[in-house]
Amino acid sequence: MANKTNDTVLRFMTCGSVDDGKSTLIGRMLFDTKTILTDTLNQIEKTSKKRGMTAVDLSLITDGLQAEREQGITIDVAYRYFSTGTRKYIIADAPGHEQYTRNMVTAASTAECAIILIDARKGILTQTKRHTYLSTLVGIKHILVAINKMDLIDFDEEQYKHIQDDYLTFFEAIKDQKTQVDFVPMSALEGDMIVERGNRLSWYNGPTLLEYLENLDVSDKNSMQELRLPVQFVCRPQESSNKALHDFRGFMGRIESGTLKVNDKIKVLPSGHHSEIKDMRIGDDFIQEGITDQSVTITLKDEIDISRGDMIVHEGDNIASTKDLTAMVCWLSETPLTVNRTYLMMHTARSSKAKITQIKHKIDVNTLREEFADKLNVNDIAEISFKLAQPLVIDTYEKNRVTGAFILVDESSLHTVAAGMVKSIDS
Amino acid sequence: MVKVLSHLDWLESEAIHIMREVAGQCSNPVLLFSGGKDSLCLLRIAEKAFRPGRFPFPLMHVDTGHNYPEVIEFRDRKVAELGERLIVASVEESMSKGTVVLNSPNEPRNKYQSITLLEAIEENIFDCCIGGARRDEEKARAKERIMSFRDEFGQWDPKNQRPELWDLYNARVHKGENIRAFPISNWTEMDVWQYIARENLELPNIYFAHQRDIIKRNGSIVPVTEFTPARSDEKIENLTVRFRTVGDITCTAPVLSSADTVEKIILETASTIISERGETRLDDQMSEAAMEQRKKEGYF
Repeated sequence: MANKTNDTVLRFMTCGSVDDGKSTLIGRMLFDTKTILTDTLNQIEKTSKKRGMTAVDLSLITDGLQAEREQGITIDVAYRYFSTGTRKYIIADAPGHEQYTRNMVTAASTAECAIILIDARKGILTQTKRHTYLSTLVGIKHILVAINKMDLIDFDEEQYKHIQDDYLTFFEAIKDQKTQVDFVPMSALEGDMIVERGNRLSWYNGPTLLEYLENLDVSDKNSMQELRLPVQFVCRPQESSNKALHDFRGFMGRIESGTLKVNDKIKVLPSGHHSEIKDMRIGDDFIQEGITDQSVTITLKDEIDISRGDMIVHEGDNIASTKDLTAMVCWLSETPLTVNRTYLMMHTARSSKAKITQIKHKIDVNTLREEFADKLNVNDIAEISFKLAQPLVIDTYEKNRVTGAFILVDESSLHTVAAGMVKSIDS
Repeated sequence: MVKVLSHLDWLESEAIHIMREVAGQCSNPVLLFSGGKDSLCLLRIAEKAFRPGRFPFPLMHVDTGHNYPEVIEFRDRKVAELGERLIVASVEESMSKGTVVLNSPNEPRNKYQSITLLEAIEENIFDCCIGGARRDEEKARAKERIMSFRDEFGQWDPKNQRPELWDLYNARVHKGENIRAFPISNWTEMDVWQYIARENLELPNIYFAHQRDIIKRNGSIVPVTEFTPARSDEKIENLTVRFRTVGDITCTAPVLSSADTVEKIILETASTIISERGETRLDDQMSEAAMEQRKKEGYF
């Protein structure tokens, strides 16, 4: 393979507030990669004029909902796309204010990289720390600290280095060994170091923002090599007029980590039944090997009972199902957590009723201090222990971002009320 | 060396995963199929998700009665080839029932599709509609969840959406409410054409360059049809055009193009400077929030 990033997908999020130039940065990325088309640009020009601006305001590209335009804020995550020929990029554009912590966690959940914006005039702020903490909490392994508005401090290298040192000092306090941190100076407004280098940051020898993204190696996004294949759907086309299909039983799901080959010995959890892979296909195409992220259909050499929610792993894997776990939980709902209630935990393709056995503590996302808590409100982050009615096949979130994640659903309103990242399995 | 999926394989796999979640979680889903390119991608994904079994849902077309006959003929042939079941929900039936009332006889019927769709959902007790909407199409869509909750009036509340984290989709609803599931949310127009090329998907012929009588009106190209006749002062021209989107005749305009193969369309898409909806969807040009408004009222 000539280029390891060639023709792959990279998902990243941008954190910061309107004041940091986040919308301008996204506008600039889309504009400079020629993603913005004429009619969109015309509309932005019109709106810029309507609002009395002299130049075209690129940040208007990220305007979304009516309420957001009216209030001049970002409320919810928006997804945007551009492509360079090297990669397809999916940007999760998250609002930065504290009252939108839940939206940032949402954006971070599918991102492999976070771009954290800092206003060069202001340096590290409380929100910088919050954005950094939330990024590491949700398992993002690559952070790019974008020190923006360099044009407003005369592209001063000393000031840039000063902010860089400050950030690294603070970052040590998080004690996160897995996150790679990089820095780039830029002016989103004038376009320096986004796609073009410009000529005013000649002291900086590192990559531009786009070069950084193009070369970022995220093939390690799931460090876990062990196979995890949650069964989503069982295909039994008995009613088919094709007699050959009468006994067909296909198990359908996405390989969430590891690889799977025809003839591999597997076991099914939680039942523990064993078998071997007979064949594997995607639609009509038979394949010998399935890799991470691939949605496949498999058949087995033995007739064993498998249904939606079961987990297929390799025979020698010593993972077991559990009913007790501790997790970092972000409360997403305006309705506070009620400790005595039972919630529905959705994990891969299986669900279980879950009870809270203990709120260990909550985290102040600004100071990272642990505090006592006996209830949780919207945007709170806490360490909580759960007891489950049904066993789930769980890994820690640190090992696996798919099989270590869950959501909680309120069984009365049916809304999603919390997101959880498993810290330990307790039995 | 760790193997990584190419972008089309990744998008396809994500879409298959979403469709299987719908099938696993919902008791009575339906796939919205118009004969257009995005819904044809959905059909191919459904084949990859569920064959050799049958689709665990029927297909449904909300027909305004103002469709190109070639597209309707194509739709029916495609459904027969797949051996799946098609429900046609007709706006004209809603009109004769009196639930759709046009403001004037020639008013575009696109927005009334919402009413007919909601009636069909109620009648068939669907709890989920799978649709081919993409987030790159429009700014309100850019904010919409992959599994988007609608209340019992079919309304989308953009300020109160269910959080959607990782690939954990919550498709649970109370009776009368429904989910709109969008498996190709993360695809762009270019991804769609690249997928059509890779999978060798057959399309209605009006997607490719052909000769057609048109008139030029307010910067748009309007096809001359029985529903969109030329006004007395307008000049009819016969030009080579193709459609970038296919829908109700009265709100879908063709573009000047000589691209008569998928490969040529991909080249044109790569160099185009006007967005898909901006160029060809007359209903989105009305106001800055036209789509958001329609979605709040139950549109796809």
